[in-house]
Amino acid sequence: MAKIGVFICHCGENIGAKVDCTKLAAAMGEHPGVAVSVEYKYFCSDPGQESVKRAIRDNNLTGVVVAACSPRMHEATFRKACAEAGLNPYLCEIANIREQCSWVHTDNDQATEKAMDITRSMVEKVKRNNKLQPIEVPVTRRALVIGGGIAGIQAALDIANAGQDVVLVEREPSLGGHMAQLSETFPTLDCSQCIMTPRMVEAAQHPKIRLLTYAEIESVDGYIGNFSVRVRMKSRYVDINKCTGCGDCITKCPAKKISSEFDCGLGKRTAIYTPFAQSVPNIPVIDHANCIYFKNGKCKICSKTCQCDAIDFDMQDTFEDIEVGAIVVATGFQVQNNTMYGEYGYGKYPDVINGLQFERLASASGPTAGKILRPSDGVEPQTVVFIQCAGSRDPSKGVRYCSKICCMYTAKHAMLYAHKVHGGKTHIFYMDIRAAGKGYDEFSRRAIEEDEAAYLRGRVSKVWEENGKLMVRGVDTLLGRPVEIAADMVVLATAIIAQPDAKEFAKTIGIGYDEYGFYNEAHLKLRPVESSTAGVFLAGACQSPKDIPDSVAQASATASKVLALFSKDMLEREPVVATNNEATCAGCWGCVLACPYNAIEQKDILDRSGRIIKRVASVNPGLCQGCGTCVTFCRSNSLDLAGFTERQIFAEVMGL
Amino acid sequence: MSETFEPKIIAFVCTYCTYAGADLAGTSRLKYAPNVRIIRLPCTGRISPMFILKALQKGADGVLISGCHPGDCHFTHGNYHARRRWMVFRALLDFIGIPPERVKYSWISAAEGVKFAEFINSVTEDIRKLGPFEQYTQLIEQTQAPASL
Repeated sequence: MAKIGVFICHCGENIGAKVDCTKLAAAMGEHPGVAVSVEYKYFCSDPGQESVKRAIRDNNLTGVVVAACSPRMHEATFRKACAEAGLNPYLCEIANIREQCSWVHTDNDQATEKAMDITRSMVEKVKRNNKLQPIEVPVTRRALVIGGGIAGIQAALDIANAGQDVVLVEREPSLGGHMAQLSETFPTLDCSQCIMTPRMVEAAQHPKIRLLTYAEIESVDGYIGNFSVRVRMKSRYVDINKCTGCGDCITKCPAKKISSEFDCGLGKRTAIYTPFAQSVPNIPVIDHANCIYFKNGKCKICSKTCQCDAIDFDMQDTFEDIEVGAIVVATGFQVQNNTMYGEYGYGKYPDVINGLQFERLASASGPTAGKILRPSDGVEPQTVVFIQCAGSRDPSKGVRYCSKICCMYTAKHAMLYAHKVHGGKTHIFYMDIRAAGKGYDEFSRRAIEEDEAAYLRGRVSKVWEENGKLMVRGVDTLLGRPVEIAADMVVLATAIIAQPDAKEFAKTIGIGYDEYGFYNEAHLKLRPVESSTAGVFLAGACQSPKDIPDSVAQASATASKVLALFSKDMLEREPVVATNNEATCAGCWGCVLACPYNAIEQKDILDRSGRIIKRVASVNPGLCQGCGTCVTFCRSNSLDLAGFTERQIFAEVMGL
Repeated sequence: MSETFEPKIIAFVCTYCTYAGADLAGTSRLKYAPNVRIIRLPCTGRISPMFILKALQKGADGVLISGCHPGDCHFTHGNYHARRRWMVFRALLDFIGIPPERVKYSWISAAEGVKFAEFINSVTEDIRKLGPFEQYTQLIEQTQAPASL
């Protein structure tokens, strides 16, 4: 005979103000099989959990239903409490009467009625729950870090410094990411290269880190603790083991007029190239699309120049399968293409540039060696207009969110410009100044007070060329009047967006993403560095726009998560797996076709003399992820899914 | 009928996308019609047509099924199996005596709290217009008692 305990949580006012909990408790107390039905203000609190445990012991309960918030919130909490009271944790279920009832309905009676249905249905389910034991799986103690920007490097170093193996994969020819492109960083104005390149070298030389640059993730299989990852090593056409990085090939390469991606189109590179002088590894790649030999079949000057015979034009992409236990995704961001703002003239006027291009102009390693010069004629601009929120916080054309870093980097740009061009004037059009961060507000005040950046609150309606000047027409909303400025250069604080292939890549790894392509964390507040897929963690701007301190903090957080995972020999997994009734299984193998994880094998049933009398399906619980697709596929009703059995679900439906 | 008819709707949803989307609607404090009862399953691939029939047989006026968008399934392709199964099942609904407009199928992701609330409202309105679903229960009663025919 079932003895179910029903525990109805008020969640303060969250449930109590909408659902009549006393009425609900009384009604549940009448329900067949319910031994205890009580209400309390906060069951998740310590005394609340204690009262659940006491009720289990005192009444020898055979099942528990907690009517409270979403199971995604506190299922683990209450299952643990049940286990502590000696009840199998899988005999505890949550009835979601907060997120899916009290918070979303306005009428108290209707909400109470719905809460009754939800709770009753769950009681009916729990009556049919089975005791389950967690499944243990081994852990491969090697982490994969995807992306070699500051977040990826930090995560890799932290994991490696704790003594665990790391494979760091970067798709560009060099580590560095966006941070390597920056000139100086807010709020301290220390040179980005000076703090970045030592970390790149450290990562490359670390005995526990295996660095794979110019490589991409082809596929990811498996599950937490046991991922199998296929990596494509793109052909560099340069033998990484022979090349010494002398750079002679780069100097001699005749294809010199290729727009440099690293310099955001403001500089040129050769067909055989390293993205920048401090590249790690310092080994060039040949750009297949622009190489004269690959285009015309003649040239090979690099090959003739090379003293080490490192150039190999026949090199092909190769693949490697790597077993890892955890994955850190640190794939970064892109800047939006501002050509959609025809009124700003980006792409039309060469002196309208974006923030990242300004970084390259201001960088000592950039195309102008750190001099601020106009891209069109190489003249030093005397008046510069900065336009903030060029794409951000613009639901009509750009993106709805705030890109977070633009207020700060625009203040920094104004300062760098003032330091480099004495007597130059800066005007900054802004919507709001968002300078939340340690030392950030002080920094943006400094731009105004010491470096005389003129902030104008308002938007720009048009930029056009007149007599060699860029005319900027906008509005100063604080003074309530239109403004027209004759500028020499216009810098757009462009929106930060997800990588163009972010969604595709999320599907490859099997993680969630939001409407913009940024990766979803498991819980916005409490699990911000975990993805919804166990064993896959998120660091840096792939999750949302972030500055360097936030990216580094998040990367270190992922490292601590990975190390916690690696601290055990065996992992406990939820026992929600399919099971097969071999007596009724007809061996049709429909389930084998349905299973996304190849978790179902054929099993021979032998008689005493070893002859095969029957072939049946057999589920490997280590591989099964518990989706239940096979169960629905099964023609003979032999398969069932623990935790979500046919009996349980039908009971739930009947309970409603 | 002076009172407006309040239909009973049962939703079968996957825990990774639509259930999370429903939770998001809650945390965003969106308001929607209270007619839907949600049954959480690991994946839409777990949803058997029998669940839908049972729901309608036991007094539901409408059923909805929702899971991850194609390509986004947590279990890589459980939702594709669900979609195929749905295509076949939908073609048979008429034959079993269920008006196909009483069973709705949708994709709602964990980020689409607003879409969830809007979907619930529109389904509730649609089913309300159709009125209570009685034909099926009548049919069952008739077939169980052939002597009275």
